[in-house]
Amino acid sequence: MINIVWLILILGGFLAAVFTGKVEETTQAAFDSAKYAVELGFSLMGIYILWLGLMRVAQKSGLVKAFSARIAPILKMLFPDVPASSSAMGAMCMNIVANMLGLGNAATPLGINAMKELNKLNRDNTAPSDAMCLFLVINTASIQLIPTTVIALRSAAGSANPAEIVGTTLAATLCSALTGITASKILKRFY
Amino acid sequence: MINILQGISAFAIPVFIVFVLGYGFYKGVPVYEEFIEGAKEGFTTVVRILPYLTAMLVAIGVFRTSGAMELLISVLAPVTGWLGISPELLPLALLRPMSGSASAGLLAELLKTNGPDSIIGRTASTMMGSTETTFYTISVYLGSVGIKKTRYILAAGLMADLAAFAASIAICKLVFGS
Repeated sequence: MINIVWLILILGGFLAAVFTGKVEETTQAAFDSAKYAVELGFSLMGIYILWLGLMRVAQKSGLVKAFSARIAPILKMLFPDVPASSSAMGAMCMNIVANMLGLGNAATPLGINAMKELNKLNRDNTAPSDAMCLFLVINTASIQLIPTTVIALRSAAGSANPAEIVGTTLAATLCSALTGITASKILKRFY
Repeated sequence: MINILQGISAFAIPVFIVFVLGYGFYKGVPVYEEFIEGAKEGFTTVVRILPYLTAMLVAIGVFRTSGAMELLISVLAPVTGWLGISPELLPLALLRPMSGSASAGLLAELLKTNGPDSIIGRTASTMMGSTETTFYTISVYLGSVGIKKTRYILAAGLMADLAAFAASIAICKLVFGS
């Protein structure tokens, strides 16, 4: 899919350039954009280094585990068919907390681990269980306390207050998660 | 409500940093050394995403400078006008569930063109932060357990994305004014 989108952007762009008579500017834009991408990468690097350094401290101090214990009661309510003390439940809590803290790299292995544990409880080997579906939908809803990448991009673009979107993002994410959870609870009766 | 959202935004990060480091020190973590260990990962993360970011920014740069983006936006204008949203936001909403690095590139371009503190910049930032790369997440996680059937996951995931986009537009209008 992304192959097609990328190809259309470039081919469509140069085709349009022929019609608008902006071939030279467009060629220049290709080089300028490549240069800008590297500059942007360096501005992003500063914030990633700061954030991942902090997060390492949070992991080592047991803060991530402490957060996981806090959200366990909510997950037990959402996943009544997953035993509360199972390793599947533990892995799900850790994954969701890692996602909340913007630890994408740590979250994915934890999420895969959670899926494997959930699959052990799954009676059907060809289709995901209700719990697996709901867990995935919650993951795609992206519950993030601090959207690191967006803040980094805003800071690179020279924003006066890069973090001013934290509150609005959190509110939008909650709407999204509630919609995803409600849709899952309804749709599971039909599929 | 609006004051609370702005308050969260202003204090979230300083409070978080102080809390994480303070708690780490309290628990006997060598905070400086561990910070450095984690920080190394920040470097490799950027090196890893740089090719994707460059590929996408070049494509978007070509698409915008050539006038094709204007054309697309004018084609979409009746739809976005009917929905009451800025046409600049629609390409981001379409690309977001498909590719994280592509939409990050598009957001960077949007912020550069419209300004990060414009209503479009703020709304686009909120849209980006409140959604995930739905298609990618589903394929990685289901792939890891070797299951091909997706049941209702994609439908529910895309509904959640749609809710996030609608909420972002409404909330930003409310908080930052139009």
